[in-house]
Amino acid sequence: MYNFTPIPSLIGGIIIGISVIIFFYTTGRLAGISGIFANTILNKKNRISNLLFLIGLVIGPLFYFNISKVQINFEITNSIILIFIAGFLVGLGTRMSGGCTSGHGICGISRFSIRSIVATITFIASGVVTVFILQNFGIHL
Amino acid sequence: MNEKIISLTCGIIFGIGLVISGMTNPSKVISFLSITYNWDASLIFVMGGAIIVTAPLFYLLRNNKNSLLGNEFSFPKKTGINFKLIFGSILFGTGWGLVGLCPGPSVSSIAVFNPLTLLFLLAMVLGILFNKFF
Repeated sequence: MYNFTPIPSLIGGIIIGISVIIFFYTTGRLAGISGIFANTILNKKNRISNLLFLIGLVIGPLFYFNISKVQINFEITNSIILIFIAGFLVGLGTRMSGGCTSGHGICGISRFSIRSIVATITFIASGVVTVFILQNFGIHL
Repeated sequence: MNEKIISLTCGIIFGIGLVISGMTNPSKVISFLSITYNWDASLIFVMGGAIIVTAPLFYLLRNNKNSLLGNEFSFPKKTGINFKLIFGSILFGTGWGLVGLCPGPSVSSIAVFNPLTLLFLLAMVLGILFNKFF
């Protein structure tokens, strides 16, 4: 585990939790990003607010990189086909199941929702199997 | 303070949290899912860190009817485990494992100006629209 970063990851997680709670306490809505993203496209209600949340998601990292001057680590596969299939599955899958890592994984689990606990275990297991298969076919991402 | 300012602010805070946590880097997410080869457990700490903040506060707010802005607290209406929940989660996990991006980080990674993330987002929009057939 040579890339293991428990402290920054814990701090980042706490900051995410603070955002989720402020958003919930003030607006009454749960900050599941797949839901906010899909509703920006599909739903007139709260469209501007949802879009502003997404814009904030981009401004946050830009702001952080400018203040901290840390190097941006962003390593992704260069396979266009893989990226297209992955994006499609993420969009479809999160809409079918009603949430993603934030909606089910954070908001749902912290409200002890059985649905979200089952969803989170399922998508992590499915991700683990996918990575295992890719690696054993000799593709290292 | 109105809802729009709060949404933007919460998005910014969420995005800063994501980038500090390291989850905006797809290869770090892949390392979490790679339990048999160079496993990186950091993602557990991200979810754990968020949940230790949210769980007690959701609990404290459980009897409140209205939010600060006067909206009714809205919770997902669906209960119970069904085929769509499981199948959708399998599809999402597969896409997540293929490149290491889930919705939050895929939006935040617009900040690194990599055209591949725009392709991912475009495909994600198509996936969301495709769900209308189910």
